[in-house]
Amino acid sequence: MTKKFDFKRFVDDNVVVVIFLVLTAIATPISGLSANYILQDIFTRIGRNSFLVFSLILPIMAGMGINFGMVLGAMAGQLGLIWAVDWNISGVWGLGFGVLIGLPIAIGLGIVCGSVLNRAKGREMATGYILGFFMDGVYQFVVLYLMGAIIPMRSAALTLSRGYGVRNTVNLDSVRQSLDKLLMVKAFGLNFPIATYLVIALLCVFIIWFRKTKLGQDMRAIGQDQPVSNASGIPVEKTRIIAIVMSTVLAMIGQIIFLQNMGNMATYNAHRQTGFFAAAAILVGGASVTKATIPNVFVGVVLLHLMYIVMPRAGAQLFGSAQIGEYFRDAFSYGAIALALVLHAWRKRRGVAIDRAGMRQNTVDPDAKGGVV
Amino acid sequence: MRNFKEFAADFGWPRIIIFFFLIALFIGAPFVGVSVSTSFSDVFNRFGQNAILVLALVPMVQSGCGLNFGLPVGIIAGLLGSTLAMQFGLTGWFGFFGAVAICLPFAALFGWLYGLLLNKVKGEEMTIAMYVGFSLVTFFSILWLLLPYSSPAMVWGYTGRGLRTTITLENFWGKILNNFLAVRIGQNFTFPTGMILFVALCAFLVYLFFRTKTGTAMTAVGSNADFARAGGVSSDKMRTVSVMLSTMLGAVGILVYQQSFGFIQLYQAPLFMAFPAIAALLIGGASVNKASMVNVLVGTLLFQGILTMTPSVINSVLQTDMSEVIRIVLSNGMILYALTRKTKVSK
Repeated sequence: MTKKFDFKRFVDDNVVVVIFLVLTAIATPISGLSANYILQDIFTRIGRNSFLVFSLILPIMAGMGINFGMVLGAMAGQLGLIWAVDWNISGVWGLGFGVLIGLPIAIGLGIVCGSVLNRAKGREMATGYILGFFMDGVYQFVVLYLMGAIIPMRSAALTLSRGYGVRNTVNLDSVRQSLDKLLMVKAFGLNFPIATYLVIALLCVFIIWFRKTKLGQDMRAIGQDQPVSNASGIPVEKTRIIAIVMSTVLAMIGQIIFLQNMGNMATYNAHRQTGFFAAAAILVGGASVTKATIPNVFVGVVLLHLMYIVMPRAGAQLFGSAQIGEYFRDAFSYGAIALALVLHAWRKRRGVAIDRAGMRQNTVDPDAKGGVV
Repeated sequence: MRNFKEFAADFGWPRIIIFFFLIALFIGAPFVGVSVSTSFSDVFNRFGQNAILVLALVPMVQSGCGLNFGLPVGIIAGLLGSTLAMQFGLTGWFGFFGAVAICLPFAALFGWLYGLLLNKVKGEEMTIAMYVGFSLVTFFSILWLLLPYSSPAMVWGYTGRGLRTTITLENFWGKILNNFLAVRIGQNFTFPTGMILFVALCAFLVYLFFRTKTGTAMTAVGSNADFARAGGVSSDKMRTVSVMLSTMLGAVGILVYQQSFGFIQLYQAPLFMAFPAIAALLIGGASVNKASMVNVLVGTLLFQGILTMTPSVINSVLQTDMSEVIRIVLSNGMILYALTRKTKVSK
């Protein structure tokens, strides 16, 4: 590694980040939004979304790719919050109660998700994605039919008029922004939800510490090379399940933080886009399918959400239609995920080809070898 | 008994359960006051409507590209075909086959580019295909607003530009295949002969294609790329051809779907259209790397049968609408089952 800054190489390695930087740099002045407005929105959204995005880091470390199964955790968080509202526990205690209820559910779902992904090695991402859809059906069944019918519900305001099932929108007034407002600091005319930031900082410290533990090292080893890890006595399957369980639990807490900021919850839709937003954020932040760092998360959240703030307005100014701006940002977020995945797959193949040329076939990942012709 | 066990293991328990579930639904239907003849009519209608979209998945499965989650790429080409045909004022048979003729070059071009991309990402096709499809659909959402369409039947009335979310085909070529030689029996049963014939024709052509030299080479690439290469077959070329074929079939598939449905659905509608098609193919007994015409036909019939029967029958029994939950769990459960199954054929 040379110390000299190689511009071409930097762009090559971070092409998704650069595209997004250029895009938002163009769109921001066009939107005509005030700097104050944009900054306030960004600071709010960092608090709202970062925790969810962090839940993707551990599975990436363990070589399982983007954990689209994190929506399972989001569902667990929503179940927790429904109970917190139903039992009428308000404020931060309500959130804590939600986490407490969500925890066993998230652990259970995480074990299921991890075991399923273990049976689908090499295609974890597609499988996790479908598993999210599948569990969405189960979640609907539980919340729409069982809650209030078999699972007791106390609050009439929460149940549908037919007597069972949870309403389409759950009003979270009792816990609304309770974490954000716990320690709100005003500075430079902006509001900073310090308590939320502290929770996120705590998570960062935990991740840094966790990477150095035996379990964290095992995960990284598995991410590098499964057969070698297996040969050196690391329980591969079990460690992978643990990575997914931790990811699911973090997603559960993340969804609760997200929803307390929003203040209400679309019972049957809130979790559907979680995986997409988190994946887009971490990839836009420069992470790949095999490597993700803490800065990736923050860069990604800021860039992605900056685009989400300015694009509709820019579209309205340019084409006279905010709708175009909204399609534009969706197209670019999906495109960013596709591009990041393509670049990664392409680099991996190129790496394998180089390895082969160097006659070092033994070190090649067998999954990758299957694809090479 | 042992034979049955082997058969069950081979065919898969989920499929057997679904099969018996469907039969139970049909047996139970008259008892809860659901008309069997209407149900059969609906099942045939929806079978024809969806079969070609399911058929479109086969070439890519056979060539080893996996399940085509990027089916929306073909659907977009089909949408271009039908909207352009409407813009040119084509109606009736001219309209339908005009749309087919217009969409095929687009599909071939899209498929070619999409195939080149998939060749660069071997082993990760499925996730990438999914997101390529998503980004193309959202990108075309912008184009539907910006392209200079002007036919008053399609654009928003008050601004005069930008296509509507749903466009009716009533005065163009709606139901044209369905009504061709349609057989009416009794009051509630109509057999959409024309559409079923068209589906049969497409399935037969694909069947024939896999008997040709190119088709066999494609299957060979899918079963074992190294052996195929040793036999002088270019695997990249075969994969590209399969993706093109898949995309073109997807384009024709959505046209057949539209004429039966009666509407063109634009914008976000194609986003998730690949998933029910994939579920149908897998219910028919296909795996991630092997699919046949029988899988397509049986799968579509079973899947659409369940989708038609569960709302009417289950709702009458339970007095609530559980069909949505059953649909989600069933279709995604089937895809999950296929993705996690340890296949006997080595990958």
